[in-house]
Amino acid sequence: MDFLQPSTWDEALAAKAAHPDAVPIAGGTDVMVELNFDRRRPPALLDLSRVAPLTEWGTDGDMLRVGAGVPYRRIIEELGGRLPGLAMAARTVGSPQIRNRGTVGGNLGSASPAGDAHPPLLAARAEVELASVRGVRRVPVESFFTGPKRSVLAPDELIAAFRVRTARAGEQFAKIGTRNAMVIAVCSFALALDPVRRTVGTGIGSAAPTPVRATAAEAFLVAELDWDSRGAVPPGVAAEFGRLVAAAAAPIDDVRGTAAYRRHALSVLARRALVWAWEGLR
Amino acid sequence: MRVNCTVNGEKRQADDVWPGESLLYVLRERLGLPGSKNACEQGECGSCTVYLDGTPVCSCLVAAGQAEGRDVVTVEGLEFGRVQEAFLSTGAVQCGFCTPGLVVAVHDLLARNERPSDPDIREALAGNLCRCTGYEKILDAVRLAAR
Ligand SMILES: Cc1cc2nc3c(=O)[nH]c(=O)nc-3n(C[C@H](O)[C@H](O)[C@H](O)COP(=O)(O)OP(=O)(O)OC[C@H]3O[C@@H](n4cnc5c(N)ncnc54)[C@H](O)[C@@H]3O)c2cc1C
Ligand code: FES
Ligand code: FES
Repeated sequence: MDFLQPSTWDEALAAKAAHPDAVPIAGGTDVMVELNFDRRRPPALLDLSRVAPLTEWGTDGDMLRVGAGVPYRRIIEELGGRLPGLAMAARTVGSPQIRNRGTVGGNLGSASPAGDAHPPLLAARAEVELASVRGVRRVPVESFFTGPKRSVLAPDELIAAFRVRTARAGEQFAKIGTRNAMVIAVCSFALALDPVRRTVGTGIGSAAPTPVRATAAEAFLVAELDWDSRGAVPPGVAAEFGRLVAAAAAPIDDVRGTAAYRRHALSVLARRALVWAWEGLR
Repeated sequence: MRVNCTVNGEKRQADDVWPGESLLYVLRERLGLPGSKNACEQGECGSCTVYLDGTPVCSCLVAAGQAEGRDVVTVEGLEFGRVQEAFLSTGAVQCGFCTPGLVVAVHDLLARNERPSDPDIREALAGNLCRCTGYEKILDAVRLAAR
């Protein structure tokens, strides 16, 4: 096995082009588990931890561009105010040790339907920036995932960053698990309400082959929310929203929970997230 | 491959490192530092916790080559002090397998927060499992060390 250790972004892209079967490693919290348990023996590892631009973030108007290698700990500490939904999700990831190393780029790279960064990125309509020696392309998070642990990432590409509008308020994330720390979501839900543009974004985790949006639920809320006077959400609207979110999921029975439980839990999470997010804006 | 890094303040070199092996393996098997324990190799138990450039991480999830040129501090490198004493005097050590990781995690917690509340302690230790004590004595140890 080779260990490729680029120190610049150009070197990293060149290395990936020359060794398309090299496995990138950022925080290592997914890759090392596979190596330690002999589940994977790639011909090479491509260490991204020395590529400084991956660990930087910056603003471009009201857009944020966050490097793929920014760990959860820094998302929480540095971006909690601007990306509240993603920061809430980041707080639920693993443990302090995992959050110190694990990155959003790695979460996207693994493309697990249970990845906790995915629902808030979906809800916020984020874009993933993919790069290779051929150039850069931006893919909406919604079109990034193609199946369980599969994405549109080409063998010569790396994830450079994600881009998302800053939110400050109106975002929520909720996750069901057996305890607060160290749990893979049984199901999860993220909501982003934008009172200025009057848009609603949703993201469902761990309840379909990929993270998914609940588009019918979004359209319903856009029409039903009292955007002008910001009156309380009528219970009937919240209940119907929950029902539409549950209907958008395609869960399965597995060791973590049954499909029926996941659907029920999603309707409850969606209803609660709506009330919390709306209260946060009033 | 060869890996050079600073461990507990000393420049160390490990040879014949397999690129897929973990920093934990390098520390224990190549550098003669068995303090960090290997209990799960999947980031769940925290018994391999070390400081990497000042941040607590699971050394079983750090690829050896990622430690090249970095600064590593293991439980062996922490001065014996209030944290370790508190673990001893409260009976927070039974088989002791989880203790090195907990000592590093508590050392980090108290460096960031001298007077942690119980929820702060629970949150900081959420990544460290103990199969023996039931955690009450460990909480006592942290409260004592923080006093
Ligand atoms: C104990 C434990 C608890 C966990 N808990 C959670 C949890 O609660 N929620 C959750 O969502 N996840 C959890 N995880 C999984 C993991 O921590 C996350 O998926 C994390 O985001 C992975 O990031 P990383 O930087 O460590 O990725 P790595 O392990 O370095 O990489 C993961 C994948 O992404 C690829 N990759 C990484 N960076 C790039 C890049 N820039 N370009 C292209 N490909 C790239 C790698 O090749 C690999 O396929 C947990 C893991 C452990 C060990
Ligand atoms: S051995 Fe590393 S976390 Fe368990
Ligand atoms: S004392 Fe035995 S595992 Fe904690």
